[in-house]
Amino acid sequence: MNISTIVFLLLSLMAVGSALMMIISKNPVHSVLWLILVFFAISGHYILLNAQFLAVVNIIVYAGAIMVLFLFVVMLMNLNADTEPIKNYRMQLVGICTGGTLLLLLVLITNRMDVEQLVETNAGNAGLIKNLGMVLFKQYVLPFEISSVLFLSAMIGAVVIGRKEEPIDQNPNS
Amino acid sequence: MYLSTIDISLILEKLILIVVVVSASLVVAMYTTFAERKVAAVLQDRRGPNRAGPFGLLQPLADGLKLFFKEEIIPNLSSKFLFILGPALAMLTACMTSAVIPWGDHIDFFGRNVSLQIADVNIGILYVFGVVSLGVYGIMIGGWASNNKFSLMGGLRAASQIISYELAMGISLIALLMITGTLSLKEMVVQQQGGFWNIVYQPLGFLIFLICSFAECNRTPFDLPEAENELIGGYHTEYSSMKLGFYLFSEYINMFISSVVMSTLFFGGYDIPFFDESVLSPNVAAILGIAALMTKTLIFIFLFMWVRWTIPRFRYDQLMHLGWRILIPLALFNMLATGAGVLYFN
Amino acid sequence: MSTLTNKAKAVDRSPMSFMEKMYLPAIAKGMMITFSHIFKKKPTINYPEKQRPFSPVFRGLQILNRDEEGRENCTACGLCAVACPAEAITMEGAERLPGEEHLYREEKYAAKYEINMLRCIFCGLCEEACPKDAIYLSETFAPADYQRKQFVYNKQELLIPHPKENPEAYQKALGNRANKATSN
Repeated sequence: MNISTIVFLLLSLMAVGSALMMIISKNPVHSVLWLILVFFAISGHYILLNAQFLAVVNIIVYAGAIMVLFLFVVMLMNLNADTEPIKNYRMQLVGICTGGTLLLLLVLITNRMDVEQLVETNAGNAGLIKNLGMVLFKQYVLPFEISSVLFLSAMIGAVVIGRKEEPIDQNPNS
Repeated sequence: MYLSTIDISLILEKLILIVVVVSASLVVAMYTTFAERKVAAVLQDRRGPNRAGPFGLLQPLADGLKLFFKEEIIPNLSSKFLFILGPALAMLTACMTSAVIPWGDHIDFFGRNVSLQIADVNIGILYVFGVVSLGVYGIMIGGWASNNKFSLMGGLRAASQIISYELAMGISLIALLMITGTLSLKEMVVQQQGGFWNIVYQPLGFLIFLICSFAECNRTPFDLPEAENELIGGYHTEYSSMKLGFYLFSEYINMFISSVVMSTLFFGGYDIPFFDESVLSPNVAAILGIAALMTKTLIFIFLFMWVRWTIPRFRYDQLMHLGWRILIPLALFNMLATGAGVLYFN
Repeated sequence: MSTLTNKAKAVDRSPMSFMEKMYLPAIAKGMMITFSHIFKKKPTINYPEKQRPFSPVFRGLQILNRDEEGRENCTACGLCAVACPAEAITMEGAERLPGEEHLYREEKYAAKYEINMLRCIFCGLCEEACPKDAIYLSETFAPADYQRKQFVYNKQELLIPHPKENPEAYQKALGNRANKATSN
């Protein structure tokens, strides 16, 4: 039981615990805050894997930007526990089905996993910025670019939705 | 990050360094509050605080003491834990940034080579960026937990402002990183010691970075989260006593740290201009380096205050217009131009 | 509409040029202005240590005067009370008894003389109304207090110090106002 194992266990406990708390907590703002803690735990795992770049990018992008937006929206919506509508039977069934499928998939994947290929902590340079850049821009350049196009289209979509309604033109010919 | 191989003396050395750096930045921030009042006074033909101690030098202590003795009020309907967490987070994130800043070169301490940087991580500047982006949580959580519409508005304004300006800041940083080719702050300083300062290569990038750091620190002209005449006090309307003090104080720490970061990134950090440090013994060079960094930092802090007492606050739409429609395109252009330049010259 | 004076200036609403849109030159200009104020003389004075001289026409707290031998001038004629627009002055007269000649200058004197400083507007009409040069407004103002009743000044508080027993305080209390009154 060396120190990195202890840290790993602590971080995992934190990640799983916070994730559970995120689902359990009634207040959506608290859920968002627990989710931020999950991201921190995951960043800790990245650091254990010697991938500081991934860790810090995870914090900047997810904890620093996306979750701020989540929090922003949740705070503005003013959701209270008593205003939450009671979900009907059908919705609950669908929820159980999708959740169960996800669980099944996870179990299957972990069963099939090759235990010999577990990642070693403190070793490997895959997460360092230089190696990551090389892999991303040489080996996986096409998927990378495609995903960036995806983001661009999402952005344009957001702009289109968010644009102010033009005042209706009286003359349709112009 | 090889946790198992760290020896005790290194831990001790780093602990001492952490204590020194954090307390030094606290003291500097403390006196920045004093300097703010003094600079404001001088710019407005007044005298400023001059009663507590000689030249009013004990004023920050008096202010702090006053805050401690103030009644502490926690709103009844707020979430108490989050209400306390808000200022704590603001303070924590403000202090955390100082970890990766190279305060000086190494010093020889009884034969031990002590680096004057808490952690020389290979992602230094990204770490600063990450911690700064977390700084908004303190404000948002505090604003929401206050259960007050003005506080909430302040928190939301802070969030949207910081996210908007973070983009331009990040892009202007990317242009800088293209030139330096490293993310480590220490290496950046070493590069600048050899050649020109980065401001020579990146004047536009520096300007964007400067404006964005004003916005990130919630300083005038971007102090919309706490705009008194619109939002009473913004996110800290409901705060009193030392919790309010923490919010105000973290703003000053942020100001100090961003001044240090700007000096490090663009103005050579602990590099003394027009002077070759290698002729001096390492200890003297280190101390002079710290002095040089502090001088640059103080100039930036003065700039922060100078701007605050000159330029009026932006309107909210002007703020967003500046962030999204001027700074981001400008930063993108700067990035493209820098990329082209790097390709051409290498 | 023609203008009466040539002071009116038309607002320039022409669109901003590129340099103006950059704002930076304007900001730099503004910052130079604030910077230049660092070197300007500061009008503030360090108050309790340094005090500004009062203006010669300053009207402060009332003082009941004595003559050179220390006798009270006031005869309780009531003209000041009548003149007072704020009705701040009340008094009671009394007859001078034999043996009190060193205390009061004339046969009648004010046994009680009160000015409510919360009502007083320091207009100086009492000073102008007084035929005996018995009351004048000094160059001090009423100090703050915690109770309203403390602002009703009685005769002892209003009287000028005795010129023979305490000549320094008398001269100090006399100030510039008294000189002006005697020169008239």
